[in-house]
Amino acid sequence: MVSSSLEELSITADVLIVGGGMAGAWAAVSAAQAGARVVLADKGYCGTSGVTAAAGPGHWWVPPDPPTARDAVVANRVAAGLGLGEAEWMYRILDQTWRTLPTLAPSYKFGVDDEGRVNYRAVRGPEYMRALRQHVLNHGVTILDHSPVIELLARADGSIGGARGQRRQDGGRAYRIEAGAVVLAAGGTSFLSHLLGSRTNTGDGYLMAAEAGAELSGMEFTAAYTIAPAHSTMTRSMAYAFATYSDADGNELDLPFGPDQTVRLARALQRGPVYCLLDRLPDDIKVRLHTISPNVPLVFDRWGVDPYRDRFEVTLHNDGTIRGIGGVRVHDLDCATSVPGLFVAGDNASREKVAGAISGGGNVNSAWALSSGTFAGRAAARVARGTKARLTELRPLGRAGLRPRGLPKAVDVASARDVVRAQMHPFDKNLFRTEKGLTESARVLEDLWREVANHGQDGSIALRETAALLATARWSVATAAARKESRGLHRREDYPARDPQLAGRLLSSGLDQVRVALDRPSASVRPDQLEAVS
Amino acid sequence: MIEVIDTERCTACDICVNVCPTNVFDKTDGIPVIARQGDCQTCFLCELYCPEDALFVSPFAEAPQAVDVAALKEAAVLGSYRRAVGWTDENRHLRAADRSYRLFGH
Ligand SMILES: Cc1cc2nc3c(=O)[nH]c(=O)nc-3n(C[C@H](O)[C@H](O)[C@H](O)COP(=O)(O)OP(=O)(O)OC[C@H]3O[C@@H](n4cnc5c(N)ncnc54)[C@H](O)[C@@H]3O)c2cc1C
Ligand code: SF4
Ligand code: SF4
Repeated sequence: MVSSSLEELSITADVLIVGGGMAGAWAAVSAAQAGARVVLADKGYCGTSGVTAAAGPGHWWVPPDPPTARDAVVANRVAAGLGLGEAEWMYRILDQTWRTLPTLAPSYKFGVDDEGRVNYRAVRGPEYMRALRQHVLNHGVTILDHSPVIELLARADGSIGGARGQRRQDGGRAYRIEAGAVVLAAGGTSFLSHLLGSRTNTGDGYLMAAEAGAELSGMEFTAAYTIAPAHSTMTRSMAYAFATYSDADGNELDLPFGPDQTVRLARALQRGPVYCLLDRLPDDIKVRLHTISPNVPLVFDRWGVDPYRDRFEVTLHNDGTIRGIGGVRVHDLDCATSVPGLFVAGDNASREKVAGAISGGGNVNSAWALSSGTFAGRAAARVARGTKARLTELRPLGRAGLRPRGLPKAVDVASARDVVRAQMHPFDKNLFRTEKGLTESARVLEDLWREVANHGQDGSIALRETAALLATARWSVATAAARKESRGLHRREDYPARDPQLAGRLLSSGLDQVRVALDRPSASVRPDQLEAVS
Repeated sequence: MIEVIDTERCTACDICVNVCPTNVFDKTDGIPVIARQGDCQTCFLCELYCPEDALFVSPFAEAPQAVDVAALKEAAVLGSYRRAVGWTDENRHLRAADRSYRLFGH
């Protein structure tokens, strides 16, 4: 199954963390603090991988005092979440973030404001992730860099007891980790758009969770897009609050900053190229942009463009589930999944509980990654303590791209990825959704899924990533088809209004047969509103 | 996209090979090579970690660009990101200069 002739590397741990971005790193620290021996495996390098390192996350940061401050932001967020958020969870992550983020101080130099107060809320990505790596190492965690996890391993009773992967800088040597519990923190996916820092995030954690039998939730909320200078990856959008837009002929376009801007910009981009000028950026921010987000001006400097005076072309990159919402359904307060021994954190988990039906970008996402990681790591350590000696046979769960149902055949990975991109990126398919478009996308993805699942077998990282991208796209399309209304990030051209009967979460599951169902079906939802989608 | 390893500056420390999240570089007996340019995610992080300012990442993410290394060195573009972030000794003060919290609400 693995191309290397080297002997499989065998490792044991109490807790295995899959993914070393913000959520995985905090999960590792929390599990170690709870006394577990922890191994963290990342596809890339813990410290630069994931979407945080190249950006600079602002956290949801509200002091506990006066209590009315948190009450107010939670009430706002519950309302903005359009029926899918939960106040209790919001309070929990505000509290956890408040208590945990400052513990990074020995490794990270938090800024101090003019009044001498330490600022914890906004951190600088590259330094934050470098510090988190140090923090993880300080807690005695073993880090395996460049070691993508390929599949989970189950015990006889179905609980998760480890994973297999490849050491890609060691000749693709296979490794196997037996663990008392596993935390999936492999991020979300942008479906390989040029969203900054998202290249290693291909939905692997969703695929592996589903192969173990877990459900996903909120997968219809993938229609998030972020502005960037055309041809670049620079999807850091703060400066665009102060932009003026125009078309190719120089006519100014009315694209006011606000929640509708993405949709208006997408419509304008459907008509032709759009240009931007950051002329309204206040002078004090202009002066500070190089220190606030140094990579934003870097792009312009290297192009010889003065963004305050020269018009530059802009585009929108898909955020998928990264600034979107969906992921593995969180089962309880510990961030357990429905599969024993398997926990989930960060973008790998569904964020509906704290973001509702709208993006959690700008603050909630980071607070969620930190908090869910902390909850999951601690609980995984507890479960691992209660797990008996691991002498049981472990059964590998990987299917598509690894163990084909039919005759093995070569699969063209590059063209398969282009097919996923072509269904998940175009505005007319994923942002302005219609029954017709979704049906067509489902058919195209289904055909390709069958090819990968029936014939793919080389077990390469690229092929497994492709299977994960495809599976994720299928859940997204199927859930979007089932939600016959518009709500938050999910926009149906043929059902533009909200339907009060659909004010609930949609679960998706299954690999060869995709199923969509209402989470905790309530009496208010008519059964005929949801049909199984295959 | 990553375009160049400047062989004059590179000391073959292999830091870029280790830190690149998408495994673009390969080690050799000497200076590493850009082995999988098409996998580059244009995150600029290798530039930041390279202690010798020997790398150049072009902001064009979709296709390789021809670059003039001598001119980039002349204009002090190599290393400009590292200096801006404050990961050089002379620019350490910039690390604490972060005022972004003023711009972000809750
Ligand atoms: C440009 C940008 C700016 C943002 N700014 C903000 C902000 O200001 N505030 C905010 O709240 N949120 C922000 N976000 C969102 C926030 O960064 C994410 O929600 C958060 O980083 C999620 O953390 P994570 O650990 O779940 O995922 P990631 O940080 O993406 O980490 C996932 C990790 O899993 C690894 N991985 C993937 N597959 C495998 C595998 N098979 N095996 C092993 N490892 C694997 C990846 O290499 C990666 O290291 C921003 C996002 C972007 C793109
Ligand atoms: S990090 Fe810089 S000096 Fe070190 S090997 Fe890479 S290019 Fe050369
Ligand atoms: S820009 Fe990022 S992805 Fe590209 S080579 Fe450098 S570190 Fe790797």
